[in-house]
Amino acid sequence: MKIEFHGLTKHFEEGRRVLQSIDFADDVHSLAIIGPSGGGKSTLLRILGGLLIPSEGEVIVNGKTLPKEDGELQKYRKEIGFVFQQGGLFRHMNALDNITVPLVKVHGYSREQAEDRAMELLNRFGLKEDIYKKPAALSGGQQQRVSIARAIAANPKLLLLDEPTSALDPEYTTEVLDIVNELGKEGIDIVIVTHEMGFARHACEKVAFLCEGKLMEYGLSEKLFAHPETKQLKNFLGKLLEWEV
Amino acid sequence: MKIQKFWMEERNKKVSPPVAMMNFVLVCLGIIFVFWLSLKRIHTTFDFSFLGEFQIRIRDGFIMTVGLSLASLVLSLLIGIASAAGQNSRFLPVRYLCYIYVKFIRGTPLIMQIYLFFYIVGTAWGIENRFLAGVIILSVFEGAYIAEIIRGSLLSISDSQMEAARAVGFTGKQTVRYVILPQLVARTLPALTGQFASIIKDSSLLSMIAVIELTQTMREISATNFKLFECYLFLGGLYLCLTLPLSFISERLERRFDYEN
Repeated sequence: MKIEFHGLTKHFEEGRRVLQSIDFADDVHSLAIIGPSGGGKSTLLRILGGLLIPSEGEVIVNGKTLPKEDGELQKYRKEIGFVFQQGGLFRHMNALDNITVPLVKVHGYSREQAEDRAMELLNRFGLKEDIYKKPAALSGGQQQRVSIARAIAANPKLLLLDEPTSALDPEYTTEVLDIVNELGKEGIDIVIVTHEMGFARHACEKVAFLCEGKLMEYGLSEKLFAHPETKQLKNFLGKLLEWEV
Repeated sequence: MKIQKFWMEERNKKVSPPVAMMNFVLVCLGIIFVFWLSLKRIHTTFDFSFLGEFQIRIRDGFIMTVGLSLASLVLSLLIGIASAAGQNSRFLPVRYLCYIYVKFIRGTPLIMQIYLFFYIVGTAWGIENRFLAGVIILSVFEGAYIAEIIRGSLLSISDSQMEAARAVGFTGKQTVRYVILPQLVARTLPALTGQFASIIKDSSLLSMIAVIELTQTMREISATNFKLFECYLFLGGLYLCLTLPLSFISERLERRFDYEN
């Protein structure tokens, strides 16, 4: 998928500049966005997902410029799958309904088709026993697997994940990352904001390093991790390695 | 008798039915004893035999109270929803109007509002039907409380739910229909049921403008036969017949809709 950012800037009402003139253009298959907290990673992902409108600049996805009006963006959002850090499932719906209701209401599936599709995904992600449970009755890892199932149910052209494992206990992190990895191998284009450097390095083709609202480094993940160029990235990776086993 | 019979093992653990029953009965007996002792000290005995004679008036008063409360429930819900929405409006006059309304009504006693509305506003605008006036006054009063219940529930629906709704591609209307409304109903229904019990109790104050509802009926009866205690005890019992079931329903709804635990 071809993704382009031109002079992308975002500042919130308080005047804080979260993104400063980001320029980027590349064919993305699996991209990890890494960087220190508050560096603008989630904001960038939300803009790419049509959930936030940039203050300046534009986003072009497969040659089409994203509209800057929310009503228009709603059509675009239908074609994107989005997984949040946590709390992204509808609290009052069980796992099955979380997947089927959007399929029926947004994508025009029949109830039956939607249920077949949902069951197929829930089975695949090992959630067969839990389809009638509401989010509060599921573990964090299970919730994220349902979230991923919901995000890919309508076969989106792009799957965006915002720190999908940050709120999870370590033992659940792997089960979620394995699924993301598998989906990437099947050909879904993925952009993931993550603190799991191992995943960024080995499972993602490319990595973007975002720091203080600027795109500091970008390139093939193997190369970027082996030979960081900027002081900031060296610093960032150095800190992460400090307590490594 | 072992002392453990009076204590829960843990705060959230279920108590066995016989133990619960025993404690419950003990408390009731205690209350009855204190009450009986009080009556004894003022040398009073009860005689409820007059009730049969007034049963038609009491029945009419009871029906009036139920009617007043039901009509007020519907109207106060409409007012409550409108003013909860109004407080969120971007049109400032509506926003401030709803804000002032809620603050004024919640900050003043119902009895003052009854007099003010009935004798000034009611007279000025020719609302002479006391039932209608009663329903309007009570609804305006309860509407402010319902507005706060709804506003609080709206606030408690987290931003992440709204963002998730946008992310799956819901339109604004679909977000309201499939995300906001179901969560709002689950959060407000138990409290609204409790509020209905308040409406029933508060309707008794409409006796001040001589709406012949249950309380007014009993006041009139007690004024003729001077059986003050009997009348008011019986009155309390009748109100409990209406409010206790509501309180149980409210508790059940709370458990039924508790999807967070």
